[in-house]
Amino acid sequence: MNDRDLPAGLTALDRPNSYIGRSVARPNLARLTQGRGQYVSDVVLPRMAHAAFVRSPHAHARIKQINTDAAKRVPGVIAVVTGAELATVCTPWVGVLTHLKGLKSAPQHAVAVERACWQGEAVVAVVARTRALAEDAAELVEVEYEELPAVTDAETALDKATPVIHPDLGDNLTFERTLDAGQVDKALNESDAVVETTFLFGRHTGVTNEPRAAVADWNEGAQRLTVHHGTQAPHMMQNIFAKHLGLAEHQVRVVTNDVGGSFGIKVHVYADEMATVALSKLLKRPVKYVADRIESFVTDIHARDHRVKARIGVTKDGRITAFEIDDLTGIGPYSVYPRTSGIEANQIVNLVGGPYACPNYRARARVVFQNKNVMCQYRAVGHPIATAVTEGLVELAAAKIGIDPVEVRRKNLIADEAYPCGSAAGLKFEKLSHHASLDKLIAMMDYDRLRRDQAAARARGIHRGIGFAAFIEVTNPSAAFYGVGGARISSQDGATVRLDAQGAVICHTGVTEQGQGSEAVIAQVVATSFGVPLDRVRVITGDTDNTPYGGGTWASRAAGIGGEAAWQAGKALRANVLAVAASILQAEPKALDIRAAAVVDADTGRERIGLDEVARIAYFRPDTLPPGFQAELMATRHYVPRAWPFAFTNGIQASHLEVDTDTGFVTLLDHWVVEDCGTVINPQLVDEQIRGGVVQGIGAALFEHCLYDAQGQLLNGNMADYLVPMAAEMPDIQVGHVVTPTGDSEIGAKGAGEAGTAGAPGAVMNAVNDALRPLGARSITVMPITPGVVLQALGKSE
Amino acid sequence: MTAHEITLTVNGEEVREAVEPRTTLVDFLRDTLGLTGSHVGCEHGVCGACSVRLDGAVVRGCLTLAVQCDGHKVETIEGASDSGAIADLQEAFRTRNALQCGYCTPAMLLTAAELLAGGGVPSRAAIREHLSGNYCRCTGYHAIIDAVEAVARVRAGATS
Ligand code: FES
Ligand code: FES
Repeated sequence: MNDRDLPAGLTALDRPNSYIGRSVARPNLARLTQGRGQYVSDVVLPRMAHAAFVRSPHAHARIKQINTDAAKRVPGVIAVVTGAELATVCTPWVGVLTHLKGLKSAPQHAVAVERACWQGEAVVAVVARTRALAEDAAELVEVEYEELPAVTDAETALDKATPVIHPDLGDNLTFERTLDAGQVDKALNESDAVVETTFLFGRHTGVTNEPRAAVADWNEGAQRLTVHHGTQAPHMMQNIFAKHLGLAEHQVRVVTNDVGGSFGIKVHVYADEMATVALSKLLKRPVKYVADRIESFVTDIHARDHRVKARIGVTKDGRITAFEIDDLTGIGPYSVYPRTSGIEANQIVNLVGGPYACPNYRARARVVFQNKNVMCQYRAVGHPIATAVTEGLVELAAAKIGIDPVEVRRKNLIADEAYPCGSAAGLKFEKLSHHASLDKLIAMMDYDRLRRDQAAARARGIHRGIGFAAFIEVTNPSAAFYGVGGARISSQDGATVRLDAQGAVICHTGVTEQGQGSEAVIAQVVATSFGVPLDRVRVITGDTDNTPYGGGTWASRAAGIGGEAAWQAGKALRANVLAVAASILQAEPKALDIRAAAVVDADTGRERIGLDEVARIAYFRPDTLPPGFQAELMATRHYVPRAWPFAFTNGIQASHLEVDTDTGFVTLLDHWVVEDCGTVINPQLVDEQIRGGVVQGIGAALFEHCLYDAQGQLLNGNMADYLVPMAAEMPDIQVGHVVTPTGDSEIGAKGAGEAGTAGAPGAVMNAVNDALRPLGARSITVMPITPGVVLQALGKSE
Repeated sequence: MTAHEITLTVNGEEVREAVEPRTTLVDFLRDTLGLTGSHVGCEHGVCGACSVRLDGAVVRGCLTLAVQCDGHKVETIEGASDSGAIADLQEAFRTRNALQCGYCTPAMLLTAAELLAGGGVPSRAAIREHLSGNYCRCTGYHAIIDAVEAVARVRAGATS
């Protein structure tokens, strides 16, 4: 991993004027603070029409008849289109991956054909001059339904008596995975204590501030489709639009400017977005669709909703002997395309027990169909559940044998010297830092003082709790995640860097900006590896016509993978530009370097020629260069991790909170995180990723829940009834770092986007239990932990 | 639906337009006037993304009808930016990374500016309380509180 351009002993990151590790402000922020963003919701095109959808009011119903006459008569209505009609333009899809063995699903259409399988599934599309008109007309569409029995309870979805949602599939089982490592039964038998409990995680959803949005523009003359799309993965969507509309990929351009929040919500294929694109093709004009908030609640993917029966064994001196879990999750009527809805359960199996040196681990996960909205990957996929289960068990076990929760972790976390090593589930760890992270966390939170304060408060009748959650996080995924399963989801990413005619550099990258700061990070990397001040770098993202092929933003890959590609591209362009400069200066390229936008003597740093001058000569006076010499002022490099399937990161969180035992209300007092994402390119951006992630995790722990009734009706699909974290309830969040770079890349960065969400729910749950334990309360293993749940645990309500 | 003619001042410019009675202020600003800096997050008064100034007070653009603004003064983030009145706050948001996707930001800035206009240095709890009607899914709020607090301190220092 040594940069050959550098003296021995220095790494790539020691380049002069390095921006690596500096908290520079993001280049796109001034624009956004002035209301000058361009979100898809803002896009207006000539001749643009608006789509609205008639959606099924039933969780499961046969569509017997559709009458669109009255709707079609509304002035301003352009088209009213049924599923069968749209199916002539857009083929259905099936969300399966071959490496998740046995995973099955049924064909899903852009607009339901014959049958609606969840409340909110689009049944008819209406296109009109304005959205308001389209909604008016949608109300006039008459749909006659025959209600079918709704399968809503995951627990009984596999029972013989339960109807099978897709009879062709034979049963309601989407996917099942089992794992048996070491000797679980023997280990449990030999344990001094075994804790067994059931964890329940509520279904929740992303609630991106800007709802999903697409403006599709099929140009019949050019035979090209342009889709302005609020997505995390433009190239993936290019492939999917092409595939299902019968186009070649080069006929499709996906443009993604500003996106009002994603978090995994906007990395999937949504039926109404596919319908919007198909409608544009059908009508030969731009069509816009922006989900309203109610539509978001019933159609944005939901996540979590797992029931995990779990056991842990422990010896009386605090050694963990075994973990065992049985996970059940209901994912709606379809496995979501193209990433599938088997991944979250699969991740839980992979991740439970992951931080600990415990060889005995047995797991089963079952994923079942049901007539509710679809579930799929949302920020930190599986991690919050695996972490809450693991860490919940660890603290319950520690309490049972009477040792401190910090002590039990010191005894069992994989030693920092043990790497490289693997986990019982078969994960491979290059190098983690659990103990260093724990030490740092304990120091940051002043643990002993906090325990003393807790005891003092307790004496005054104030019940505070401290809870921990150690975690590992999957980042920088290789092709092992999706590619090997047959999905055309790129794990590699590319970057192209070119010198402009004034000596500035433009970087085109395949990763996307969702607000996490990719543009800043890519700019820092390129400025450093090429050798210019940051204000001489412009980054272009989110346009399949103008960026190298790449995967976009998911699984915390933008900095680690996109950043490394940009690093290599910057280096390559530096070599090219130095070749030009050397020929101008009649010097050896090796004796030169680029620093602060000038070509300098590598040894002395003395300026030889400015980049603007190099550019001027190369572009406008190439006749003055030696015969046969051709300047190459654009370089492209690609990168994909090869040595490790994933770059695991690690960290630990702690929550400090107070429980009002009369009302059941939880007040968050403090939250600490120590995480290790390898090389930190921009500390401020990493910290803010962590903080934002923590608050999403807190939402899951305390507030957020998509509540369904037994008929499959969502009861709280609006922001008044579905609670999200707001400023007043959230604590300040202190973030610390341990830095263990990955050796798989020169920059050594791993991902940081999901660590906050991974650990926060478990830490909060453990803190609540820590507060209530001396009161003889039952342990809480249910999320969200509402006041009602607290009072129940205290025996104060049913 | 019959349209009503309304006359109002938007960011200092007089505007005369015909609007349907059901058109909300935020839709009017975005769709009719092209002022897309005001955002729509929920259309039912909870997220605060649509907040704008009506006669100087911050209101929900999705709970206000355009026809109600006949004869009144509306200011949006575009106007507040161009006037330079909240430049210090915008700069603090930028340097503190108090926005990620930026969707909540225009409304968050106007709401924070309202608090800061009261003068003094509000406590972090008071800042949190004042901003608690503005949903931000990205930041976790901590950085926003930092930015607002920092501006309050600077402004207090400058006036004292
Ligand atoms: S859009 Fe007005 S409060 Fe949400
Ligand atoms: S920055 Fe994205 S919602 Fe606040």
